[in-house]
Order: sequence, then structure tokens, then C-alpha cells
Amino acid sequence: MFFNFIDELRSAGIQASFKEHLVLLEALDKDVIEQTPEQFYYLSRAIFVKDEGLLDKFDQVFNKVFKGILTDYGQNPVDIPEEWLKAVAEKFLTPEEMEAIKSLGSWEEIMETLKKRLEEQQKRHQGGNKWVGTGGTSPYGNAGYNPEGVRIGGESKHKRALKVWEKREFQNLDNTRELGTRNIKVALRRLRRFAREGNPDELDLEGTIEGTAKQGWLDIRMRAERKNAVKVLLFLDVGGSMDPFIKLVEELFSAATTEFKNLEFFYFHNCLYEGVWKDNKRRWSERTNTWDILHKYGHDYKVIFVGDAAMSPYEITHPGGSVEHFNEEAGSVWLQRVAHVYPATVWMNPVPEKQWGYSQSTKVIKEMVGGNMFPLTLDGLDGAMRELTRKKH
Amino acid sequence: MQRFEGTSNYVATDDLKVAVNAAVLLRRPLLVKGEPGTGKTVLAHEIAKAVNAPLIEWNIKSTTKAQQGLYEYDAVARLRDGQLGDERVHDISNYIKKGKLWEAFTSPQLPVLLIDEIDKADIEFPNDLLQELDRMSFDVYETKERIAAQERPIVVITSNNEKELPDAFLRRCFFHYIKFPDRETMQAIIDVHFPGIQKTLVSKAMEIFYEVREVPGLKKKPSTSELLDWLKLLLNEDMPLDVLQNRDPAKAIPPLHGALLKNEQDVMLFERLAFMARRQS
Repeated sequence: MFFNFIDELRSAGIQASFKEHLVLLEALDKDVIEQTPEQFYYLSRAIFVKDEGLLDKFDQVFNKVFKGILTDYGQNPVDIPEEWLKAVAEKFLTPEEMEAIKSLGSWEEIMETLKKRLEEQQKRHQGGNKWVGTGGTSPYGNAGYNPEGVRIGGESKHKRALKVWEKREFQNLDNTRELGTRNIKVALRRLRRFAREGNPDELDLEGTIEGTAKQGWLDIRMRAERKNAVKVLLFLDVGGSMDPFIKLVEELFSAATTEFKNLEFFYFHNCLYEGVWKDNKRRWSERTNTWDILHKYGHDYKVIFVGDAAMSPYEITHPGGSVEHFNEEAGSVWLQRVAHVYPATVWMNPVPEKQWGYSQSTKVIKEMVGGNMFPLTLDGLDGAMRELTRKKH
Repeated sequence: MQRFEGTSNYVATDDLKVAVNAAVLLRRPLLVKGEPGTGKTVLAHEIAKAVNAPLIEWNIKSTTKAQQGLYEYDAVARLRDGQLGDERVHDISNYIKKGKLWEAFTSPQLPVLLIDEIDKADIEFPNDLLQELDRMSFDVYETKERIAAQERPIVVITSNNEKELPDAFLRRCFFHYIKFPDRETMQAIIDVHFPGIQKTLVSKAMEIFYEVREVPGLKKKPSTSELLDWLKLLLNEDMPLDVLQNRDPAKAIPPLHGALLKNEQDVMLFERLAFMARRQS
């Protein structure tokens, strides 16, 4: 049952597995829901969708799958249901149940009423007959047809029910998941290296027990707390073409500062040259020599550049190429130095990946950082953090 | 088991009822997500009330470990007692402290277990609870004892917005996203909380409320609980109706906005809007 539904869900990117499928069958078996399409929709949604971002996709798939069946049987409801329902009924109903049905009248009579109801219903609103077609292929349909009365005829709920998924209420949740600080923090958390450093301020239980057992008196041992000891250097491009991405970079920055205890950040413009700064208001008066950074922070620092990498290629490849000042050495020389000193270097680019190919400078910079350029999205951030963790230093 | 149909002070939409009933009947955890203030935690309380079961609450913090939900072995106390020559020291079970899961598994009456804000904990936390929630049993290594649930408890898990709940964990749950209530549902919620409140006041307040929510660029949109607080304030202050009715666009900030806007940037935004409206007129 519903294999087609599962296939469609999977091809739409909803990770429905066999497990969920079994849960759905179990739920139907245990009569968790009343037999209305609305309830079936809610139930399958609660089972298959595990992320609000996928709700809209689910609505579309549900509509597609169950509408497909509807058009097959929906055009001419009088032709199909009879033999077909009979076949289904024979397949699923026990002989006793069949008897019970027969006691209500002849099979033909029942079918006749059923047909009439279907016709009536189609005239009243389009929801009704669809429901029969849908139900027919499922145990659910079989449940719909039972001695208690051809519930298929149903009350007027159907039309409203169809609307529930046709409304596509969750549309704006789809694909709009921004990179909120919370999500960024989760992605950044991949970059962890736990170590015990600093003041011993935590009770070392095992050590204490061992010490006490050895000595015969209480021997309290302390140790340093286990902390994320990863060290990060963050270089942020500011100004000019970065302006549209201010909010995104702001969020990344705030998440990074709370997530990494050992974080140093510096600003640059377009490309890295001999000087960087920590305060944008005093970018000309208080500069840090890039050499000093390379000397001061050890090889084990992880370097993250954040920039759109969009500039004239000369700004990277030629001395004096900077748009702001005369640089003695080309930007590429500085980038190579950084990549050499810090093997774990990545470049985060807020520009969508699709557009990278149009910019010569983006390609050049990507090459400079050993191909480790990632888009500033959750997936990109995830990839970047994996890359940084992979490197020993 | 009785079906969950919402309670006298909780308005449940149809989809929520289906999700809750499915989770209760199949005894699989129900994962509830939604904007803050849409009643995720309250839901567990109401389920407990509806099925007449005790509620066991486990509030998750960033420091919470999965093990704490099972049990904790207080080695320090045992060490101390060992030093003092206390008799209790010979029985290790004196130093095992039961966690919330243990409590839920061995509760004499079928309980509702609420695991609140699971996303606050470390990312490994849900993974560490997989087996326990799946089989509803765990081992106590210190006493070589197996704690198993007689009957699977009803488990409700809330999450604010964690992308990283692992797939394996999600597969075992029913999921429900509490969407922000539409006006009809909101009206029902207000009726439940303030029976007999003036209709005009409510409709005016709701108008303003939805307007506020639609202002682009708000850092934190007000949600149901904020609306309820705000109404309570309006009632308490005996705010005359015409203050809400004759709103001057130059005063874009709604009265008693402190209940709705929780962020000084948002208040600033409204002040700016008011300023712009004044300049235009």
C-alpha cells in the first residue's frame, strides 16, 4: 500500500523510510484516525514530515499523489467503483463480513445506492468522489466500505479537507530557512577539539577515588574543565561589494564569538594585504601588520576568511593592485603565506555558488585556498567546518 | 485510552489532535516544534490532564547529559560515607539517584513524560537517548539491574528550532509543527482564556496584533502568549476602547507595547515608523 506515495515523497526530498511506512500502516491498523481524508492527511504528515521546512513539499506531493488517482477514477465515477470495489471487498473482507453486508440487501442494491450517492455528491461538490478513488487503493478505502454503512458517501467534510493541503499554508516556511545564529552555532559546533586547559576547577572523580584508595584518606584531586580548545582566526571582508551581506556576516560573527573561546578576528577590504584592522572606525590609524599575525598565532589556528571574492583580478595578482593604497606585494603573495602558515584555511563566500563561475577573481582565490571555498549557507558552513576538522593543524 | 480533543483551556487544531492521538495510541514520542510562545510546553500539561496521567517534566539545559535522565551515581557521597564508616556504603544502590526517565518507566500510573527544549542540550544528546526511548528500557551498570517500562509512557518532546536533530531520532517520532494560529483559532484561544471579554476590544487588539506581526524587519515577532499577556494588561489597566480604536498613525507604537515588543531594536523600529508617519502627514 502507498508505495507510490513513498516514492514520490522520497523523490521530493522528504526522507521517508520503511520505518515510517510501517508506522503509518500500524496507525491505520489501530484506527488511530477516523476515516476522513483530512485525518489521513494529518496522520501521514505527522509521520513523514520531520521538519517544518518540508511541510509545503509534503502538501504538494500529497496533492499530486492523491490527485493522480482522483483523475483516473474521478472523471466517470459510475464506471469504475462497482467491480473494482467488489474485488477489493472480496480481497479484504472476511466471509462473515461479506455476509453481514449481504444482509443489508443484495450486492447490486448496495452498489446502486453507493453509485447514486457518488453521483449526488459530485453534483454537490467535487471533493466526494475523489475520496472514494483515493480510498479504494488502500486499506483505508476498505475500511471506508464496511457493514456500518457506505461511509464513502460521507458528510460534507470532504471539500474542506481537500483544501487543507491545497491551501499550502506552510509555503513560506519552505526554503526560507535563513541562517539564524542558532543554526550557525550548531554548524560551527562541528569544529571542536576538546582539551583540558586552564585552572583545575573541576573535581576529578576517578583520580580522587584512586588517590583515596591508595592513601587511605580522602585525597581530593582537581582538574581543568574540558573545553573546546579550537583556535580560530577570522578574517572579514568589509565595505563595498560586501554591503548586501552585512546581516549574514553579522550573524556568523555573533555565533562565532560565542561558540569559540579562542577567536581572533580582523577586517580587510577585498583582498588580504600587508595590513589588517580590528576596528572599522580606526582602520587607517590602527592597523595590524599581517606579518605580526602570522608570527603571533601558531600553526594550529584555523583560518576562516569571509568575503565575496569579487574584485578585479589585478587586486590579487599584481603589486599595487589594491584599490585603496599602494601595496608592495600582491594580494596573492599574502594569501599564499597565510595558507602556508595555516594548513587549515577556508574561504566562506556569501555569494551563491552558482555565480562563482562568472567572477575571475573568485576562481583565483579559490585556487589560493586550495579549493576550500564554501558558500555561506548552512550546508556550506557544515562542509567548511568538516574541512577544518579534517586537517591535523 | 481516551482521545485527546483539546481541553477547556487549550484549543487544539484538528491536525494537532491527530498527531497527539497517534502518538498516544502507538506510544511513540511526539516531537513538537513551533515559534516560541505557541504553547508547546503547555501541550504536554494538557495531554496529561486530558488522559488523566501524572506529568513528569524534564527541562533540558545546555549542561544536561542524557545519562542524568536515566540515573546518576553519587560517588562523592559514597566516598564520604566510606570515610565516616557509614553502613550504607556497602550497598551501592543507596547512591544511585533516579533520573526522570527512570521515574517515568517505573511510575505506578502511566505518566506523560515531557522532555522540554531538547535542542538546548549538546548535539549528541538526542542520539544518546535513542535506545532508551525506543525500547523504553536501560541498564544500571553499577547494580547490574535492568529498568524497563511496564507500559510505554507517553513522551512529548519540544524543540525550538534545532536543525540538527539526528535522522535516526526523528524516525522514531511523530512530528507536529504548531503553526502560528490564524485569526479564527486565535479568537478561540482568547475566548478560552478571557471568557466574557468585550468583543470589540478583542477584535481591535487582534487587528493591532496582526499588524505588528506583519511589520517587516521585526527581530522577534510577538506570539500567542504575548497577545494573551497584552490583553491581560489592557484589561487590568482598564484601557478605554477608543485608545485602540482611534489609532493615530503618528503613534505607531501600540499602547502598553512592552508586552508585545521584547526587544529595544523593535521598539526603535516602531518609533522610526511613527516618526515617518508624522513627517508624511
